Amino acid sequence: MIQKIAASVAEALIGIEDGATVLIGGFGTAGVPVELIDGLIDLGARELTVVNNNAGNGEQGLARLLQAGRVRKVICSFPRAADSYVFDALYRSGRIALELVPQGNLAERLRAAGAGIGAFFTPTGVGTELANNADGSPKEARVIDGKAYVLEFPIVGDVALIKAERGDRWGNLSYRKAARNFGPVMATAAKRTIASVYDIVELGGIDPEDVVTPGIHVSAVVQIPRLATQAGGFKATA
Amino acid sequence: MSYTRRTKDELARRVAQDIHDGAYVNLGIGQPTLVANHLPRGIEVVLHSENGILGMGPAPVAGEEDYDLINAGKQPVTLLAGGAYFHHADSFGMMRGGHLDICVLGAFQVSATGDLANWSTGEAGSIPAVGGAMDLAVGAKQTWVMMDLLTRNGQSKVVSQCSYPLTGIACVKRIYSDLATLSCTPEGLRLIDKVDGLSHAALEALVGLPIAAADGFARTHQQETT
Repeated sequence: MIQKIAASVAEALIGIEDGATVLIGGFGTAGVPVELIDGLIDLGARELTVVNNNAGNGEQGLARLLQAGRVRKVICSFPRAADSYVFDALYRSGRIALELVPQGNLAERLRAAGAGIGAFFTPTGVGTELANNADGSPKEARVIDGKAYVLEFPIVGDVALIKAERGDRWGNLSYRKAARNFGPVMATAAKRTIASVYDIVELGGIDPEDVVTPGIHVSAVVQIPRLATQAGGFKATA
Repeated sequence: MSYTRRTKDELARRVAQDIHDGAYVNLGIGQPTLVANHLPRGIEVVLHSENGILGMGPAPVAGEEDYDLINAGKQPVTLLAGGAYFHHADSFGMMRGGHLDICVLGAFQVSATGDLANWSTGEAGSIPAVGGAMDLAVGAKQTWVMMDLLTRNGQSKVVSQCSYPLTGIACVKRIYSDLATLSCTPEGLRLIDKVDGLSHAALEALVGLPIAAADGFARTHQQETT
């Protein structure tokens, strides 16, 4: 029997090790797995590399994980926000590394990881400083059919923490509105994917036509109370 | 002769006037979002948001915000009937794959041949953030920039070569500004239109670059696209 429903966040997260690369879903207020991030803080894993579109807001969710000193490096597209002061302070004092990636390259590097692609040529970033490696050397480039491309490599996660709306014991997931964002891609890109959901349904309870992430990509599903958060995960003022 | 700058709304209306019926359009964060308020009546335009939305509608009425439904600027929006949600890799595939007709972006600088600088001033100590700017710049069939022509200090933001860090190379097709609308071509700038009372010579003096005359230049998007 397949039983991916975990009894608690803590049970779902057991085994995430120090030094892990953790993919965390969400974009702005939508689709942020706040309860799983809080669970990761409780678990205590350190020296993490975190992949997210942003670098945390206020002092909750990802910002709280950064504040707890658990993160060595952030890979993201847009770390700056009106309330990204936790990341800002860590970055300015040299206590956290940043790999800045154009958003579409971030999504495609995750997709490539999930799809078994060794690397891919993309036009995004050509001729810019983001077409350089961290040491300043240029990334491999090629002209194909007269158009310039730069070579980008997959981002493989040890674990992905994502937020979905509905799940079943096989790990099938559906999402809500724009809270889908990075969830389906990250689910494919990690060795282990943990999804929080508001509703757990019987097998067949999600119309097969509406399954966005098939259970093959999901290791554990944990239910979180809908009352704990507003629709997107943060309060309206976030 | 004196002239008056286009207001932000007039500029947004000028951009909107060139968007064709049935266009798939991405409006960048900031000033470009104003364009949505000025789309001509009677045409259907499908707005794309990088975080996985097609058919994005206006802001919800107060009290009906849904924080699972936000735009790229993280503001609550609505979805029109016929709209769709999709994940991030699909969303950026739409851009990179050339499926969007138009994207409208703000800019710090644009070169005469269409190089774009809009993500970083390169200032020491600033925290770099790029978001979807580079993907948008190179992906859409047409990338348009919407900005003031001059900085607060009176320097032209249209330049021969960008001094700020680049977002993309030769990607901007048109510059819609408060004083003039310009086309960026491999040969340099070409005039599309300018505000009344501003002479061609005065515009060239402000920009500091030669601008080819608008003569015979097709003005509307439909005519220009081949």
